[in-house]
Amino acid sequence: MKSWNRFKNSYLLYSFKRDPVAILSFCVLSILVIISILAPVITPYNTYDSATFDIMDAETPPAWMEGGSKSFLLGTDIQGRDLLSTMIYGLRVSLLIGVGAVLFQALVGILVGLLSGYLGGKLDALLMRIADIQFSIPYLIVAIFTSAIFKLAFGVGRYAELAVPLLIIIIGMSEWPKYARTVRASVLGEKNKEYVEAARVIGISRWHIMYRHVLPNTLTPVLVISTIQVAEAVMSEAALSFLGLGMPITKPSLGSLIRAGFEYIFSGSWWITFFPGALLVIFILVILLLGDWLRDVLNPKLYKG
Amino acid sequence: MEQNNSLLTVKDLVKHFDISGGLLDQLALESGRIVRKKTTVKAVNDVSFTIMPQETLGVVGESGCGKSTLARAVLGLYPPNSGEIHYQDQRIDNLNPKQMLPFRKKMQMIFQDPYASLNPRMTVKKILEEPVYFHNKAINAQAAEDKVAEVMRQVGVDPAWSGRYPHEFSGGQRQRISIARALMVDPEFIVADEPVSALDVSIQAQILNLLMEAREKRGLTYMFITHDLSVVKHISTRVAVMYLGTICELAPTQTLYAQPGHPYTRALLSAIPELGVQKPKHLKLKGEVPTPINLPSGCVFHGRCIYANDRCTQEIPRLMRLESGAYVACHGVEEKRI
Repeated sequence: MKSWNRFKNSYLLYSFKRDPVAILSFCVLSILVIISILAPVITPYNTYDSATFDIMDAETPPAWMEGGSKSFLLGTDIQGRDLLSTMIYGLRVSLLIGVGAVLFQALVGILVGLLSGYLGGKLDALLMRIADIQFSIPYLIVAIFTSAIFKLAFGVGRYAELAVPLLIIIIGMSEWPKYARTVRASVLGEKNKEYVEAARVIGISRWHIMYRHVLPNTLTPVLVISTIQVAEAVMSEAALSFLGLGMPITKPSLGSLIRAGFEYIFSGSWWITFFPGALLVIFILVILLLGDWLRDVLNPKLYKG
Repeated sequence: MEQNNSLLTVKDLVKHFDISGGLLDQLALESGRIVRKKTTVKAVNDVSFTIMPQETLGVVGESGCGKSTLARAVLGLYPPNSGEIHYQDQRIDNLNPKQMLPFRKKMQMIFQDPYASLNPRMTVKKILEEPVYFHNKAINAQAAEDKVAEVMRQVGVDPAWSGRYPHEFSGGQRQRISIARALMVDPEFIVADEPVSALDVSIQAQILNLLMEAREKRGLTYMFITHDLSVVKHISTRVAVMYLGTICELAPTQTLYAQPGHPYTRALLSAIPELGVQKPKHLKLKGEVPTPINLPSGCVFHGRCIYANDRCTQEIPRLMRLESGAYVACHGVEEKRI
């Protein structure tokens, strides 16, 4: 109750209420997130169950077009799945991978950044060089290698099952240095402040100081880059899926839907690619707009140019 | 100088900082050859002093002379390069963090910048409770809360505000909270590192009075670091004057202000502005303070001292007791030519 009151009076909420772009983005994002979480409840068809769709319905155009059917609002894809339901399930997969990858990145990156910045010395040099190396390897190459090895080792069937955690790790591994560098930079700024020395004078151990005193003061920039990182992870996943390295078509993400429809775009079935593509753009756009707003609020030193 | 009942004894303390950076930064070209060069800041050099129970030792000196480094080394925040620190009769500079814990309860520190010394993400209650819980794991919540309220009242901050965050307080109030944090563990010895220099003059007096009041009530011993000579005169029983990492004079306050021995102290004291004096008799020093990276040979003050002779450029003077009870590190004073 007390923290709610604090939130109610906070500058964060105040500036949110005054920014129509932020409000709109937040509403759209909330709707998309809620829809994707509730996908099994609200979608008309369960697209993961092959008994519910018929190949004879394949490539039905959207309902308002000639030849469209009332039971498929946005038409169907090449396997006869209702496109709207498939997109919602796809959004769910994209969101899961995006958030999962960011959590993974944040966990590894914050830990490395904190240790590196606070303890310094040789450990700092070692960890930061590892981060540099990680940064210099394009995630596409890592993804191609990993998925190729994985498919060879476990077979394509197992791959479909384990694609989500695998993609989370691949995308997460390629981006953790961003967190590590951000956290390290703010830890370096914080660790020489007098409140850290005060804690040392009390006798508190350095692990405890790191966790209780330094970490909470370094999380503001982490929050800001997290929003952008979610958008980037979703885009990375879409790109990987588009290249056929991501989610299999039986459990499509937005990226794999775009890829599946792409082959039919010139035969007239544009909707299979267009609608998932538009949803992806809207989803990423609102996240980035919210991230922009958050950065402006939390870092008043930056002004809109 | 050797007194057995002293609270704190510092012997030949040396603290150097390596600022040479990584391996690539250390490489330098010298007469056609690549050599590896280390750069060290010689912040504190062979400093010895004692602090008696319930006295206030003022440490003065200009910025960069090693006052704060000395304070942090005494508290074990910076491990000294050499030398010894004794608390009562126990040597404390070589203890590991666990062995140090009982002394952490006895020695506390008050910091200069009240805006940086309180964790902005913790409420005042949490800040003040932390040392209590840390040093007394068995204490119950009610007792800790009572203790917080009691100490807050002592430093003049309303305990009703304990749920607030540091940014909701003014600088003076924050410094009171900072003092409260130091008092939470009932220490015997407090190192105050320029506790009033970041505050308005009107608030300075309040904080000084608070510190002196705490000294009377709790029998505290202070090591009081400042660059403000009027503050040090007001609060100290003895004063140590530092210049470039060494103590050049250590004397009872009255003696020091009445008859300063060391040429640096004389120049320093002559710089205090006085009301109504038309032509102040400033002793003007030539040159600038040398860098602590390349210390001058012999007496560190010789380059700026009008009395310096050959001996001063070669031999490092040691602190020497005068008849007045002051200790002065100066060849000129020793030879009675000043």
